[in-house]
Amino acid sequence: MSEYRVEMKVNGRRVAEAVEARTSLGDFLRLKLGYTGVHMGCEHGVCGACTIMVDGRAVRSCLMLAVQAEGSEVLTVEGLADAQDALHPAQDAMRKAHGLQCGFCTPGVVMTLASLCADRRCDEQSMVAAMSGHICRCTGYQGIRRAITMLAAEVGSAGSDT
Amino acid sequence: MKPAPFDYVRPASIDEACTILSEAGGGATVIAGGQTLVPLLNLRMSQPFVLVDIGAIPELRGVDRVVGGIRVGPMTRQADALEDQLLAQHLPAFVRALSHVGHHQTRNRGTIGGSVALGEPAAEMPATAVALGAEIEIASIRGTRRVPAEAFYLGPYMTVLEPDELVTGIIYPDWPQGHLVVFQELAQRPGDFALVGMVGALVIEGGLIQRVGLSWFGMGPTPMKMRRVEAELQGKAPDALDLKSLSRLAVSDAAPFDDHHASAEYRRTVGGRMFTRSIGDALALGEVA
Ligand code: FES
Ligand code: FES
Repeated sequence: MSEYRVEMKVNGRRVAEAVEARTSLGDFLRLKLGYTGVHMGCEHGVCGACTIMVDGRAVRSCLMLAVQAEGSEVLTVEGLADAQDALHPAQDAMRKAHGLQCGFCTPGVVMTLASLCADRRCDEQSMVAAMSGHICRCTGYQGIRRAITMLAAEVGSAGSDT
Repeated sequence: MKPAPFDYVRPASIDEACTILSEAGGGATVIAGGQTLVPLLNLRMSQPFVLVDIGAIPELRGVDRVVGGIRVGPMTRQADALEDQLLAQHLPAFVRALSHVGHHQTRNRGTIGGSVALGEPAAEMPATAVALGAEIEIASIRGTRRVPAEAFYLGPYMTVLEPDELVTGIIYPDWPQGHLVVFQELAQRPGDFALVGMVGALVIEGGLIQRVGLSWFGMGPTPMKMRRVEAELQGKAPDALDLKSLSRLAVSDAAPFDDHHASAEYRRTVGGRMFTRSIGDALALGEVA
């Protein structure tokens, strides 16, 4: 069956590859490019583990085809820390507040939180509401909840757009 | 959980898309945001030969003022519609219903037209189109036509759309400033499809109900317009209403089913209470300012 050429930017790097139309963006990032921080859980849009950013927005990478990302800027959890490898505030808050145990859901959670920070919607209420899009089997959500409180206080008060 | 193979095309215009759909002779499926379609592909419940991605057709995107109403392009992302000033100002019931569609992450990709065209019976947007009296604009190489939302839905995921047709716009008629919004939904978790829901709008002027549009969702094979209740409410003074008996009438306009989430009986009971409460709450807000 035919393959299609796609070009996009992933974590700041320009990539051009041939893919099958049916390849999800998540599988493309994991299997072709090696970004295994993109966790595939349910592969039908329920769990949120595969959440990444496409053109600044949090999306489920299992519900998008790689061919649909043509010309887009894609960010995975691997691209979140800055050049000096300092954690993104969302990562830092999750670490400090014990927002993770097994870590399977974590990259998705972090990408949603980071996208809201970038969009200046890092108020506690918006972030908590956006967590409806993630399933975590370990933490009971309380650690994630505390991380959000911490993140809202930090990023909100700094007024930054990290 | 991987789709069967398919070809992929991304037309740049409505004409091009219609030509592709016509030539595919029923083997093509249109993809907009993909938030419902991709799971169906992954589960192999949908196996098209060719996927027609309408994401690169500029005319299909955006919210515009038109004579007598507001036109929403089918490719308008749910997240963008949620922030749209025109919709917030003129169609608050639409925005309220939309805020219950999926999750933040799926609304970033999901589109208004995708939800309207798919016709999931428990979804918010088809019922909202039916309740507010929207029209669906449809194109094919044979021409364009407009279908009232109420006549668009035939059954679960079944609509009057022919295989060669494409939804090119959803036109919501004007509702006067200050109209009352009716919206209630019961779901197991935020973002889930509703077990029972109702949506609509009411206009009270000169002490009387001048206009009303109401629809159930999750209460039958399609959005279920509350025709008899609408007729009953029309022209009445809010104080003179017996909401209890109206709620029975409203429920009798629905055709709820048993599934593994809830029984039909449960849906009827909840629906009746939901009706009494939400119409009561809306009427308490009173007259158009
Ligand atoms: S893997 Fe994408 S939502 Fe579960
Ligand atoms: S930390 Fe294990 S699933 Fe969330």
